[in-house]
Amino acid sequence: MSLQLERCHSAVGSFHLGPMDLHLPQGAYGVLMGRTGSGKTTLLEVIAGLLPLTSGRLTIGGQACNHLRPADRGIGYLPQDGALFDTMSVREHLDFAPRFQGWAADRRRERVDELAQRLALTDLLERKPPGLSGGERQRVALGRALAARPKLLLLDEPLSALDEQMHTELCQYLASVHQEQGVTILHVTHNPAEAERLATHHLRLENGRVLPIS
Amino acid sequence: MNALRAGRRTGDRIFFATLTCFGIGYILLILGMLLADASFTTPAALRAALDKPEIRHAFGLSFITATITAILSIWFAVPIGYLMARRNFPGKALVDAVFDIPIVLPPMVIGLSLLILFQTDMGQHMERWSTELFGVGITYEVPSIVLAQFAVSCAFAVRTLRVTFEQMDPRCEAVACTLGCSSRQAFWHVVLPAAWKGVLSAGLLALARALGEFGPVLVFSGATRMKTEVLPSTVFLELSVGDLEAAVAVSLLLVTAAVGCLVLGRLLGLRVGR
Repeated sequence: MSLQLERCHSAVGSFHLGPMDLHLPQGAYGVLMGRTGSGKTTLLEVIAGLLPLTSGRLTIGGQACNHLRPADRGIGYLPQDGALFDTMSVREHLDFAPRFQGWAADRRRERVDELAQRLALTDLLERKPPGLSGGERQRVALGRALAARPKLLLLDEPLSALDEQMHTELCQYLASVHQEQGVTILHVTHNPAEAERLATHHLRLENGRVLPIS
Repeated sequence: MNALRAGRRTGDRIFFATLTCFGIGYILLILGMLLADASFTTPAALRAALDKPEIRHAFGLSFITATITAILSIWFAVPIGYLMARRNFPGKALVDAVFDIPIVLPPMVIGLSLLILFQTDMGQHMERWSTELFGVGITYEVPSIVLAQFAVSCAFAVRTLRVTFEQMDPRCEAVACTLGCSSRQAFWHVVLPAAWKGVLSAGLLALARALGEFGPVLVFSGATRMKTEVLPSTVFLELSVGDLEAAVAVSLLLVTAAVGCLVLGRLLGLRVGR
């Protein structure tokens, strides 16, 4: 699904973002960088439908989304610190989106097993987040966002708490998800090497505006 | 320089010693009251009091009504607490103040207000409806005890649950919504399971409050022996007939129940009353 923002504005308290223009075509991998506090997380939350637009037009896959509920946008969202559900096991996390999007039980089980294997979570399936390391939590959050095969993936620093080996493996995994599923991704990071490796579109958020980086 | 440091150190010690004195003073008052109660009666007197049929009746009625009140309070406080923690709307500060009214009103006034409410046309209609449906009215009957206890206990449960929900990261629900949940599903599947400690704390607090509620119950339900007499009413009735030993025995029962609620809460790692 393509992602398009036209003259979009949003505000959280006294913090204003916009006018923002952004176009990510179907299957693009956009990496968004910018200084701390520049509004990268706010932008992702606006696209996810968690914060309202004060003006402008947001379309996902050609469909106007300004007033669409988050559940109806067909997105996968991974927030900065994962925001895992402490009372649920890893298995329940991976099963969460398919369950609430009405997948059949067999298909859900297969998907959980597949994700657990790809993200090295098979031995942790019955554990709950308080018993996981930072890297494991990050992988669970990534798996939860990917589980229902969203067409648009919003990733807020998804690889920040990982050791070097896991960072490399998950970079490869994200690249393969992008290639195999043709999913459109908007990925926020502070790591230029990560951006270099994954991005088809380099973007920068500056003074409330999204600027392409040549 | 050294003299300045020594002076600061001494000042700090005096400051914390003063704070400790206030704490010790209040603890001594609380423990003194409890010990005085305990030393006033004997196990034999306690048994004799508990053997009285009217006290046994009050004991059973107290626990049944307080349990119903605690369940009802949670039933109301969970949605109210969540709404107040998560939603902003015009007049929210005013609504918030209204929820605190039962906490600050004198207990007798709450009882009197309930009594007057059930003398209005709407109240009389509810009395008739209750009589037709359950075969029992409300005022001066058992349902009035639950209503009087609920009027106060629910406010404490709302306050506890509001703080519980405010302390939870709202992004968990937000993420659940992006993954396909409606707000209702996010509440049931993500928020409520994570809030179980707060819900249990609110329930125990409501139970403890309901067990000790006297003023509203006395005015709205009366203190008719073997009918609407609950344990706090028993203390009052026994005192009024000069049976101090029975009054103290029942008081000790109430103290045990209240302390039991607090201890159970602390054992479960809850923040009852905090």
